[in-house]
Amino acid sequence: MMNFDYVRPASVADAIAEASEKGATYLASGTNLLDLMKGGVSRPSRLVDVTRLPGLDRIEHLADGGLRIGALVRNADLAHDADFARNYPAIAEALLSGASAQLRNAATVGGNLMQRTRCAYFYDAGSACNRRWPGAGCDALKGENRLHAVLGWSEGCIATHPSDFCVPLVGLDAVVEIEGKGGRRELPLEALHRLPGETPERETALERGDLIVALRLPTEAKNFAGHSRYIKVRERTSYAFAVVSAAAALRIEDGKIREARLALGGVAAKPWRARGAEQVLAGAAPDAAVYREAARAALADAKPSGDNAFKIELAQRIVVRALTLAAAGTPDRIPALPGSPFSSVAGA
Amino acid sequence: MTVELNLTRDPAHLRHGSNIGQPLRRTDGALKVTGKARYAADNHPPGMVYAVIATSCIARGRVTALCVDAAKRHPGVIDVMTPAHKPELAEDPDAKGNPFAFRMELLQSDEVRYANQAIAVVIAETLEAATEGAALLSPRYQVEIARVGLDAGETYVPPAVGIGHPAEVRHGDIDAGLAAASKRIDATYETPAQYHNAMEPHAIVAVWDGDRLFIDTPSQGMAMAQMRIAGLFGIPPANIHINSPFLGGGFGSKGLVSGPQVLGVMAAKLVGRPVKLVLRRSQMYGPVGHRPPTRQRIRIGTGDDGLLTALEHEARITTSSFDDFYEPAADASHTLYASPAIRTAHQAVRVDTGTPLFMRAPGEATGSIALESAIDEAAFACGIDPLEFRLKNYAEVEPTTGKPFSSKALRQCYAKAAERFGWAGRPLQPKQMRDENGFLVGWGMGTATFPALMFQGNARAVIRADGRGVMESGAHDMGQGAWTALTQISADALALDLDQISFLSGTSDLPDAGIAGGSAHTATVGAAIHNAGAAVIAKLAELATSDERSPLFGAGNAGVVARAGRLHRRDDDARSESYAEILARAGVAEVEASGTGAADPAAQSQYAMHAHGAVFAEVKVDPELGQIRATRLVGAFAAGRIINPLMVRSQLYGGMIWGLSFALHEEAVMDKRSGRILNANLAEYHVPVNADVPPMEVITVDEHDPHVNPLGIKGVGEIGITGSAGAVANAVFHATGIRVRNFPIKIEEVVMGLGG
Ligand SMILES: Cc1cc2nc3c(=O)[nH]c(=O)nc-3n(C[C@H](O)[C@H](O)[C@H](O)COP(=O)(O)OP(=O)(O)OC[C@H]3O[C@@H](n4cnc5c(N)ncnc54)[C@H](O)[C@@H]3O)c2cc1C
Ligand code: SF4
Repeated sequence: MMNFDYVRPASVADAIAEASEKGATYLASGTNLLDLMKGGVSRPSRLVDVTRLPGLDRIEHLADGGLRIGALVRNADLAHDADFARNYPAIAEALLSGASAQLRNAATVGGNLMQRTRCAYFYDAGSACNRRWPGAGCDALKGENRLHAVLGWSEGCIATHPSDFCVPLVGLDAVVEIEGKGGRRELPLEALHRLPGETPERETALERGDLIVALRLPTEAKNFAGHSRYIKVRERTSYAFAVVSAAAALRIEDGKIREARLALGGVAAKPWRARGAEQVLAGAAPDAAVYREAARAALADAKPSGDNAFKIELAQRIVVRALTLAAAGTPDRIPALPGSPFSSVAGA
Repeated sequence: MTVELNLTRDPAHLRHGSNIGQPLRRTDGALKVTGKARYAADNHPPGMVYAVIATSCIARGRVTALCVDAAKRHPGVIDVMTPAHKPELAEDPDAKGNPFAFRMELLQSDEVRYANQAIAVVIAETLEAATEGAALLSPRYQVEIARVGLDAGETYVPPAVGIGHPAEVRHGDIDAGLAAASKRIDATYETPAQYHNAMEPHAIVAVWDGDRLFIDTPSQGMAMAQMRIAGLFGIPPANIHINSPFLGGGFGSKGLVSGPQVLGVMAAKLVGRPVKLVLRRSQMYGPVGHRPPTRQRIRIGTGDDGLLTALEHEARITTSSFDDFYEPAADASHTLYASPAIRTAHQAVRVDTGTPLFMRAPGEATGSIALESAIDEAAFACGIDPLEFRLKNYAEVEPTTGKPFSSKALRQCYAKAAERFGWAGRPLQPKQMRDENGFLVGWGMGTATFPALMFQGNARAVIRADGRGVMESGAHDMGQGAWTALTQISADALALDLDQISFLSGTSDLPDAGIAGGSAHTATVGAAIHNAGAAVIAKLAELATSDERSPLFGAGNAGVVARAGRLHRRDDDARSESYAEILARAGVAEVEASGTGAADPAAQSQYAMHAHGAVFAEVKVDPELGQIRATRLVGAFAAGRIINPLMVRSQLYGGMIWGLSFALHEEAVMDKRSGRILNANLAEYHVPVNADVPPMEVITVDEHDPHVNPLGIKGVGEIGITGSAGAVANAVFHATGIRVRNFPIKIEEVVMGLGG
């Protein structure tokens, strides 16, 4: 592996200073970054290890009823926090549907948000990739792309964002707290990841040196706890990224959907909030016809970027399923096969 | 070189009488779970340095430039081995001395024949420095268009398939058979490239001492590796000492020494220091073999009675541009089903990949999933239950040769597995069964088969003055349990209790045990051990029965029997003498004898020898989302004598899971333009994880086979895949009504087929 500097700053301010130089990058648990470095995809000259920064590993209940999650909280610790799982069951289920137990034990909240696409051509240093090398071209476009994007893609890049965690988060209006050279700012999670457009290399809204310090869930996010699900279709039962996934969260009163939140994973370069579908659902009685209409609305703008037209159909069916299961009520416990369509099977 | 092993014996299983058939726990288990089992890459001889291979990212062309200076300037880099700077070899690595001497890339030229080929080796004080040195080489290429996939070029008929089998076999008149049929199936199946992906990567630690060479490397065939390396370096095979006590899996990819392993030896020679070279996972997708993709067309004709009138199996396979390995996919149709007309044929296409190689059930695995699918299609077309259809077409003799089977308890396998599974009452039509949660349920089955092979292997037996025995054979434990099973056979062969013997193995300094492949290792080495034991006891008997002072005097070898460390007279059991007494009186420190295990050509020409089995699978399919989940697998296997039921069950479980993987998961995805594999890692090259593995059951059906070898062993390493892959695929059809003919079955085929 190439030689690089490794620094372990003691404060957020030092970390930002260290990371503001060209070639520097933050290192959290490294489950994504180190793989990229070993593959020669990322060649940072300095790693700024943030894992020992004080105060970023806490889950705090805010006075307004919101929740603040430090960027260093481990994926597994968050999912297994009983309060968290009760209040935000779809997020916990999404977390537990991702990667493997070992990876979740290591992976941090910040790292999960900032993980890079799994596009195989991005990982293959020999391929042309606009994300790695702006202007080089996109070898996925005419390559093996059955799992690539169907929404929001451009000719410049058809990659998807791989995170499961981000899907329900974006549905529940999570906010990202960022510290940078210019001080502290915050951003809706929905605005963190960018669609590729003409500049696929600009994957997120972060500037050099920007550090995610926390993730916030607003007060209302809890209101959906009774009717929330995350459903993820993948090529094996565990330890695989989503082919397509959906998070559905409903607020049902008097037999009517008062408010709906719907987001899709595996379909675009960002976790995809389906606002059009939410509007279809709002005020409607929860039934199959309205779910199908919502699904159509969610995928209305979808078009295949390659051999992946099936994802458009599959995504609609997953939306219907996620809504159906959410309406039926959040299960008492997170299923043994989190996110799996088979999670409702006893003993599965 | 000696192997220091602290093997454990489970005292609960120390017993008198036969050790064979006992569920002895793994003698090497404690070493493995405590991390004390020393695998090749765990060795660190003093002064050792690290070698890292730089690989080609093009699949065809030439390397035109390497920044050797940049690599050499990197701190810690000792040297860079390139075509222009490397030790002389005594033999051209492209020479084809024998069919098993596969061509390898040892930097003999700047030519690139496949992606991931070695183009240079960087040797450094640390792994990190060598790795970065390899990256700094920044090769430049002259690129030629890669030939990728089954349609890459002209097809041709290979000279032979598998190990010297004819590419085409005809029995009866196919055209007549098809013409006479009342129902015909004509279906084409595709299977993808698969990679062995043993958990332990290919690794070597090489130490030269003058013209003697000491090697730690995982090998399924140490003697063959010795021969190959000896030829390449121009030294006698006896100068090469290979240590391979444990393998972290091989599955065929460690059967022959591979190019990267030899590069490690060259690197050690170049720098004059011990060298360690370990392949990265991604580097295992190229130079160490793979299962090639296949396209198989099967035509089946059946009469009104559901009997086959014709079975034709044509396979197109790929091989490399520079060598010849031909996956014998169609051969699966030679033995399983009776038909008046059978034709199997192969065609090959040359592509820019590494040379394919034997991979667990080579030919049988690829061929079986196609054949079992086609048989299922034929049964369905005839409106006959798949089990009944197979029983109707049961082969009483081997159909293509007319030979009787040496033993064949397949009927019992069908019956036992079907009963255990609860097959009776299965609806013929697909998409009829749902579970309480609304998931589609399907039941499928497949027949398993694998030839009962024997290679040649040797063993040496010693009985010492204290009456204890030693059995030596350079056998290979790939995790399958050779240490354990061969210890059991050794104890019986020496007529001693387990705690009275030592079994030594795992190094080339011991007698050549042949290759651990073809599910033949236990049979081959077991027979050698059996014969060595018989021979050493004959020597003891000779000492005793020719000595008037012995109570056994005059009985002759045939007149005594060995039991629990003593020889007894057959005609008077009370007259006996211990091994120790015999040796003490004769004043002999020890007696020693050798034995060989090999196939008996006479028996082979008379009988068809195969293991068989039946596998039943249940899958559930989400009716809208198309997600498939196997929920039950039951297999019954008849594989001759079972030496150790625990090890055998594990082998069969592992095989069946591999079959599940074949049907639903496993595939190397290659970019059709570059010829590079896009999922050369264990995150994206999917095999089943624990959550994918359903409750499984393995039943072994007793078989007494006096013809295959003296111990009646048929081998269980590979058969589990066959049958299982087809059973799962057929269950998917039964659940959904969708017949997917491209493997692995992908979600889009099911989703789009199911409708909304
Ligand atoms: C085999 C495998 C399977 C996986 N499967 C799944 C899956 O199914 N679903 C899923 O969702 N994920 C999956 N993952 C991805 C996994 O979730 C991520 O690797 C993990 O979340 C990254 O967290 P980390 O702390 O290790 O981040 P790192 O690898 O340390 O960092 C990742 C990126 O985030 C940046 N970064 C880290 N922290 C911050 C911060 N606080 N502020 C700004 N930037 C930061 C780093 O600079 C780097 O670019 C899988 C990973 C692997 C290796
Ligand atoms: S899809 Fe995006 S990430 Fe993938 S190769 Fe194209 S530009 Fe790169």
